[in-house]
Amino acid sequence: MSRSAAVFGVRVLLVASLVMLLELLCRTGIVNAMSILPPSEMVAAMMTVLASGDATEAMFRTFSTVGAAFALSVALGILMGALIHDLPRLRRAIDPVLASYYSVPTFVFYPLLVALLGLSMAPLVLLGVMSATPAMVVSTLAGLDSVAPVLRRVARVQRLGPVRTLLNVVLPAAAPALFGGVKLALSYALIGVIAGEFILSGSGLGYAISFAYQSFDNSAMYGLMLFVLLVAMTANGLLYVWEGRLARRRQPG
Amino acid sequence: MPHATLRGVVRRFGGKQPVHALGPIDLDLAEGEFFSVVGPSGCGKSTLLDVLAGLGRPTEGSVRFEGRPVLGEVPEGVGVVFQEDSSFPWLTVRDNVGFGLRRAVLPQAEIHSRIEHAIHFMGLAQFSAHYPAQLSGGMRQRVCIARTLVQKPRLILLDEPFGALDQQTRLLMGDELLRLWRETGTTVLLITHALDEAAMLSDRVGVMSARPGRFIDLVETGWPRDRDSRVVSDPHFGELTARLWTSLRAESMRAMGRSI
Repeated sequence: MSRSAAVFGVRVLLVASLVMLLELLCRTGIVNAMSILPPSEMVAAMMTVLASGDATEAMFRTFSTVGAAFALSVALGILMGALIHDLPRLRRAIDPVLASYYSVPTFVFYPLLVALLGLSMAPLVLLGVMSATPAMVVSTLAGLDSVAPVLRRVARVQRLGPVRTLLNVVLPAAAPALFGGVKLALSYALIGVIAGEFILSGSGLGYAISFAYQSFDNSAMYGLMLFVLLVAMTANGLLYVWEGRLARRRQPG
Repeated sequence: MPHATLRGVVRRFGGKQPVHALGPIDLDLAEGEFFSVVGPSGCGKSTLLDVLAGLGRPTEGSVRFEGRPVLGEVPEGVGVVFQEDSSFPWLTVRDNVGFGLRRAVLPQAEIHSRIEHAIHFMGLAQFSAHYPAQLSGGMRQRVCIARTLVQKPRLILLDEPFGALDQQTRLLMGDELLRLWRETGTTVLLITHALDEAAMLSDRVGVMSARPGRFIDLVETGWPRDRDSRVVSDPHFGELTARLWTSLRAESMRAMGRSI
């Protein structure tokens, strides 16, 4: 077995044994079944919720909101990062703001956003963008810093304009660092949107979970939570695999 | 008419206490000539290349390529190979080599044949699907030369392209460069810190002074056009290297901050 397969095996084993432990604690009654469902029942509950079709609209709504917020954050983050990178004075001024951005709980602005934009998709997308974009900006800056100056000189020798230089040379060269930002942006967009739905919304998965919680519907709540968790893990896993594939090209051997 | 000319070129850097890096320099490169520049470290060799390539503007003086002034942009027909590895790590060897032809308005067949030719010419045929990370430093530098070659430059500027390579590889790469120069008829300007390399490869060698760099000697080698690295066993090679060293020794000591 190769080293990476062994590492993967240990990882799966670790998660599996934690799940088993929880199952055991629930089944033996050490953890009250009213507080946490045993994982096996969570899976069953998830299947029931998914099969019933009650959550389909909420899923569609949440994932399209997350998708919009994610795509906007990546585009906006790269654009702003590239702009700030080109203006060193602005960058010096803005660096501390970026570094301390995540100490501000963005969610406190959500009621304000709802008041301004109404109870629609717009404030949720904006909340997702607000929580995901700065991460993308920061990794874009790091990525652009990592581009070897000689590659920019090659771009000049090839007589590429600023846009082509960015698209054909600078961004591909910065891609490994950008990828870190893309992964963060996905997580932050997901957290932003679902938490927003949780706080104040009439639809979406976050709302559905919160609704189930308030009506003591443990089964629906844990089923939906597990579903969100699995989707987030899968999306991240796919990005992780893609990143690994790109990175392998740049490694010797 | 000379292929490229520098007239009274001076380059200064910086604000409050400007550094006089280069010049004044006057130089005429004949069409198809192989010209090398040697000089002590920090004498402005790379600055000279930047100015000639259009990557940097001269503070004073003028630069012309094929009769037209070079004004802060690299003219069409000029190729540059840098000292550092400048291959694109995200592209295969073939895509690296073809990079400059992506936007070219040429028939597909022509693009294909140029890429194939450059790949074969630089001995990269077995590696065309590899990524640069899988190649040695010498191979990566070949990729960069091939990437320049597909654009059929009429003037190639090389900034210590073999500086990071071991001696054997350098000699062999020198042979490749000579073959390239002979078969394409391009004009070559090679910046190097290796006196033997300059003596072996060039038609003419310009020896530069310590900063601010100026030409203090121009040496004609008199080699035939179909030479290769075996000229190192010619007694004339020893004389040439000795003459270059004589010109350079005092300057190198000055560059190190010692009196003669």
